[in-house]
Amino acid sequence: MASLRSFLRSGKNAVSVVLRREFSETSPAAVQVNVRDALNQAMDEELERDERVFLLGEEVAQYDGAYKVSRGLWKKYGDKRIIDTPITEMGFAGIAVGAAFAGLRPICEFMTWNFSMQAIDQVINSAAKTYYMSAGFQTVPIVFRGPNGSSAGVAAQHSQCFAAWYGHCPGLKVVSPWNSEDARGLLKAAIRDDNPVVFLENEMMYGVPFELSEEMMHKDFVIPIGKAKVERQGTHITLVSHSRCVGFCLDAAAVLAKEGVECEVVNLRTIRPLDVDTIEASVMKTGNLVTVEGGWPQYGVGAEICARIMEGPAFNYLDAPAVRVTGVDIPMPYAKILEDHSVPQIKDIIFSVKKVLNM
Amino acid sequence: MQKMMTLISNVLRGSVSRNAASVVVSSRSYADFTPEATFDIKKVDLHRLEEGPPLTSTLTREDGLKYYRTMQTIRRMELKADQLYKQKIIRGFCHLYDGQEACAVGIEGGITLSDHLITAYRAHGYTLTRGGTVREIMAELTGRREGIAKGKGGSMHMYTKNFYGGNGIVGAQVPLGAGVALACKYLGTDQLCVSLYGDGAANQGQIFETYNMASLWKLPIIFICENNQYGMGTSVERASASTEYYKRGDFIPGLRVDGMDVLCVREATKFAADHCRSGKGPILMELQTYRYHGHSMSDPGVSYRTREEIQEVRSKSDPISMLKDRMLSNNMASVEELKEIDIEVRKEIEDAAQFATTDPEPPLDDLCSHIYANEKSFEVRGATPWTKLTSHS
Repeated sequence: MASLRSFLRSGKNAVSVVLRREFSETSPAAVQVNVRDALNQAMDEELERDERVFLLGEEVAQYDGAYKVSRGLWKKYGDKRIIDTPITEMGFAGIAVGAAFAGLRPICEFMTWNFSMQAIDQVINSAAKTYYMSAGFQTVPIVFRGPNGSSAGVAAQHSQCFAAWYGHCPGLKVVSPWNSEDARGLLKAAIRDDNPVVFLENEMMYGVPFELSEEMMHKDFVIPIGKAKVERQGTHITLVSHSRCVGFCLDAAAVLAKEGVECEVVNLRTIRPLDVDTIEASVMKTGNLVTVEGGWPQYGVGAEICARIMEGPAFNYLDAPAVRVTGVDIPMPYAKILEDHSVPQIKDIIFSVKKVLNM
Repeated sequence: MQKMMTLISNVLRGSVSRNAASVVVSSRSYADFTPEATFDIKKVDLHRLEEGPPLTSTLTREDGLKYYRTMQTIRRMELKADQLYKQKIIRGFCHLYDGQEACAVGIEGGITLSDHLITAYRAHGYTLTRGGTVREIMAELTGRREGIAKGKGGSMHMYTKNFYGGNGIVGAQVPLGAGVALACKYLGTDQLCVSLYGDGAANQGQIFETYNMASLWKLPIIFICENNQYGMGTSVERASASTEYYKRGDFIPGLRVDGMDVLCVREATKFAADHCRSGKGPILMELQTYRYHGHSMSDPGVSYRTREEIQEVRSKSDPISMLKDRMLSNNMASVEELKEIDIEVRKEIEDAAQFATTDPEPPLDDLCSHIYANEKSFEVRGATPWTKLTSHS
């Protein structure tokens, strides 16, 4: 175990741990864990592992978290390590970054990423750029986390996706988990990373359960930041997505499979650094690309992916132009019928696939 | 303008008896010099404090010479930077600190290097007092590879141990400083953080957010407002509904201190440090000071204030002259000795400037380095899709 730990610490990139079972041959005990609990357990384990880790944000302590993601942590770790802040994002984000400067490893929660705009200067100018400006003298081992993107009925000011905004900035790592495995492995990796990480959760996914294997439940299970995962193998077309839309892509793929179209679904997991290699390999295999995201189209994640495909070797393998499925280019409306039509639906993905494949 | 001049004169002239001191003659003295003397210093205005720093300060010869040398080094370094900027060897932003030397030196006299400090962009003086060398500071200003940030940061982004810059965004450094203070408390060290900002920044919302959290959580932070009367080109009365910056912390105890007197600054800082270290939480100091240069090298500094005003401060309240007069009139040093120091300082600056103009610029390999810490090398996109650059940690 000691050698395993030192192996993990010495590795420059977090590596997924493969445990070999030592005892009987029965199948590994898998458990159903929803995304919320996966995040909760990840934080709990990292708080226990490293005394320098602490959590601050609005309602994270005595309220158990606005979305209950930090439930039980204050009871277990107390005031010193789970800190309720006043409603002052710019101030507490700055305090979190300063704490990271001075040797702690803060997790700074934004109740939603919409409120991060109050504090965006601290995320970009104080956190992201400092290692570069100081020529490697000053590290900033901080995680900013919170729910991102659309929710249900919370209207325009509470529904924006920030993947493109933060993904734009060098010096940051930007991570966008989809399922519980992603949430757990990427949050642990983010907390252990010595760099500022923007961790974009999704409120609608918090309550969704997924199966986690025994290996994934291990205390040192981490997923490498910067590596996409092929969730479903396919041959006719590549669907690239992140966060909640990955689920929609898989649903669309299931429907399309009945019509003989096999979609390869790529779960980005990380927005920055973008795993172009995995996307390119997939496009070179299938010859077609549709990107799917919840955020707005202009200057978005899909736009970046398409540009990269144009500029790289995969372009020559395209049988048709790559297209994007995105949120509608409007502030999010409130009425349910309008909101439903503001976000990409499964039928939009199916429609786009068929268009691209000229079906 | 006349009102401004009166205001400043009143603030900076101080008590007439400033240079009078009770002389302590020790039984053992080196050469003919007085080893230490006690000086009357200006009374400090208090906010929410029953008592303040002492009304006298005892200065040893050794400390006096040290403060003199450091202030003179900052002065000459800044003037040299002015020169190099006009020769276009330094470019971009350059915010000079001459006139304010007593603040940086006095503060350092009241804390130790194991304490922490963060300031805004007028940071060259602090980079020095916090352990940087003139050489590496000047080489950073000229953007060379031996610069303190390897040429990657420039004037506003210099760092040393327990010194967190050098920050370009007005006000952002204050919550950062509170974060450092939180770490001090969290880790159980006896250390504190000094978090500086100017009269212009003093109106920033995030500073008030920081006052609140620092007080709630009793963070060991000394907030220091360096009030040099002007936020860029805007005088304090044109920017702030209340110019009593030492009271702006409201529930935080405050001191208003003569920032041109290094001993005043030192005693106030010691007082503030004791306050923090005894677990009482934050405290706020306003240092009344003055900058001779304009806001930055692109500001001549005379469109919003008069040359007479600048001259008046220079002749009546210069921090280096004040210390020099004190030491000479109390036989703590000789004219020759101080001249010697001046010559040494000049030489140090000349050598540093020489180095800073001849040291090569950073290698192009360094362009993409230091994006991420502790990461294996990765590819960075250059200006075209065919330009593939590499990032090293």
